[in-house]
Amino acid sequence: MLEIKDLQIHYGSIKAIRGINLKVPDGSIVTLIGSNGAGKTSTLRAISGIIKTAGGSITYNGENITNLHPEKIVKMGICQSPEGRLIFSNLTVEENLLMGAYTRKDKEGVKDDLEFVFSFFPRLKERIKQLGGTLSGGEQQMLAISRALMSKPKVLLLDEPSLGIAPLLVKTIFEKIVALNHSTGITILLVEQNANLALSVANYGYVLETGEIILEGKADELAKNEEVRKAYLGE
Amino acid sequence: MQVKSKLLFLSSLILIFVINLFAGSIDPYFYTVIIYIGINIILATSLNLINGYTGQFSLGHAGFMAIGGYLSIALSTYFAPFFQNTFGTGVFGEAITFIIVLLAGGTAAALVGLLVGVPSLRLKGDYLAITTLGFAEIIRVVIQNMDVIGASQGFRGVYIYNNGVKAPQMVQDLGEMSNIFYAVPKFTNFFWTFLFVAIIIYYVHNLINSTYGRGFLSVKDDEIAAESMGINTTKFKVSAFVSGAFFAGIAGVLYGHFNLYLNPEDFNFLKSVEIVVMVILGGMGSMIGVIIAAVLLTILPEFLRSVSEYRMIIYALLLIIMMLTRPQGLFGFKIKRKKL
Repeated sequence: MLEIKDLQIHYGSIKAIRGINLKVPDGSIVTLIGSNGAGKTSTLRAISGIIKTAGGSITYNGENITNLHPEKIVKMGICQSPEGRLIFSNLTVEENLLMGAYTRKDKEGVKDDLEFVFSFFPRLKERIKQLGGTLSGGEQQMLAISRALMSKPKVLLLDEPSLGIAPLLVKTIFEKIVALNHSTGITILLVEQNANLALSVANYGYVLETGEIILEGKADELAKNEEVRKAYLGE
Repeated sequence: MQVKSKLLFLSSLILIFVINLFAGSIDPYFYTVIIYIGINIILATSLNLINGYTGQFSLGHAGFMAIGGYLSIALSTYFAPFFQNTFGTGVFGEAITFIIVLLAGGTAAALVGLLVGVPSLRLKGDYLAITTLGFAEIIRVVIQNMDVIGASQGFRGVYIYNNGVKAPQMVQDLGEMSNIFYAVPKFTNFFWTFLFVAIIIYYVHNLINSTYGRGFLSVKDDEIAAESMGINTTKFKVSAFVSGAFFAGIAGVLYGHFNLYLNPEDFNFLKSVEIVVMVILGGMGSMIGVIIAAVLLTILPEFLRSVSEYRMIIYALLLIIMMLTRPQGLFGFKIKRKKL
C-alpha cells in the first residue's frame, strides 16, 4: 500500500500542498481529482521523488520513500507516466519503451514486456521505428503509459492521461487502464481533471483543492455528491 | 553493427598509420592546416557530446583545452631530462613520453570538469552557459598570472640551470651560469592527431548507440520524463561533461605540442565560441555535421586569406547567412543514428 501522511510541498514561499493524507491500497484504482493548480501533479512528482517535500511522509509497504532518489523509487516498483506525455521525441517508439525499462537488468523479461505492451496497444507496434515526436497525441499518451509499464511497476502513477487527446481515444485509453488493472492487478493512482471519467473507472477518490483534500470517498459515491457535481462535473 | 564499427575503427587506424608515413612529403602549410582540422574535430565532437547529445549548453570548452595544453607542455619541458633519461630520445621513448603527457593533460581536464560539473550542472540553459564561461575565464586569468608557465608572455620552454633552477625565462641573477633550454617538443604529428580523431568518433558513436548512451538523448529530450523513468539525469550530465572535458584536454595537449608555444590568449572566450559555432553550424547532435563544420570552419579562413583584411567580415557574413537559411545546422537537429 502506498500511503501519504501530512504531505507538504512548497515552491519558495508558496505552499502548493498543505498537509494531505492519501491511501492507495494494493490492486485498486485511486483517483485524485481537482482543478488546475490544485497540486495534483506536485503530489505525483513528490511520490516519484522528482520534487522534494517540505514535510510529511510517503511510505510504500511500510517503507519510507520520502525524498528518495527517483531512480530508487522506480526500482521499488513505483513508476510515473508524466503529465503532458513527456515522451522522448528524438527516440523511436521502441527506444522510448526501452528507456522505460532502463532500471531493469532482466533482458528476457524486458522482451516479454515489450510484447505485452504491443499486444495492449497494437498501434504502437505499427509505429515501432517512428520517432516519438511524430506520433499523434493519443499515440504519445499510449507510449507514455507503456513506457511506464516497461519498468514493470507495482504502482502506476498516471498524470492526466486524458489531457489534449481526442475524446474517442480518451475512452479507449481509459478502457485500457481498467483492463490493465483487472488483468495484472497493478495498483493505479490516477490524477485527472476530467472528474467524471476518473470517477467512473476508480474505486476510491480524493478531491484536491488548493493544496488540501476537501473530500474523499468511494468513487461512485463521490460521483453522486452534490458538491463534486457542482464544482467538477459542471452541474 | 558493433563488429562493423570496430572494423571501421581498426581500418582507419591502419590508414592513419600509412598516411603518416608519407606525412613528410606534404607541404608544411597544408600539413599545419590538416593538423588543426584534426584538433578542431576533436574539440567539436567532444563539445557535441555535451551540447548536442545531452543538451547542456557549455561555453567553457577552451578552459578545458587550456588545462590539458598547459599541464602537458609544462610536464614535457620541466621533466624533459627525466623523460629523456628514463625513456630515451628515440621514437619509442618519445611515444611513451607523449602518451604519458596526453593522459595527464586529458585526466587533469576531466578532473576539473568533474569539479566544475557537479555543482554547475544543476543549472540549466543560459545559467549553465554563463557559469561555464566564467570558469573558462578564471582558468585563463590564473594561467596569465602563473610565472612558472610564462604568465601572459606565453610558454615555449624551460631554462634549466646547472644549479637546478628552472624558469621559463632567463634568470637575470644567475647571469653567466650555464643552462640548457628545453623547448616544447614537437610530438604532435598526423598519426597522433588522427588517432584521437578516430578514438573520439568511435567512442561517441558507440556511446550514443548503446542502451546506456540513450540516457544522454533522453536527458536532452525531457529531463522530467527521464527522471520519471528512473534515469539519474545528473549522472548523465556529469559523465558527458567529464568525458567532453577529457577530450578537450587531449586536444589542448595536441595543440601545445604542435604549436610549441601556448599563450593564455589562445584560450579566450572567442576560442570557446568558435567551438560552439562548429557544433551549432554542423547541427547539434549530428556527428557527421559537426565534423564537416569543424573542417569547413578551419579551412574557410585559410581560403579567405586572399582577401586579407576583409577575411573575418566575409567569414562572419557566411555564418549569418548560414544561420538564416539553415538554422538547424548543416545536418539538422534530428539525430541520425542506426536502427536498433
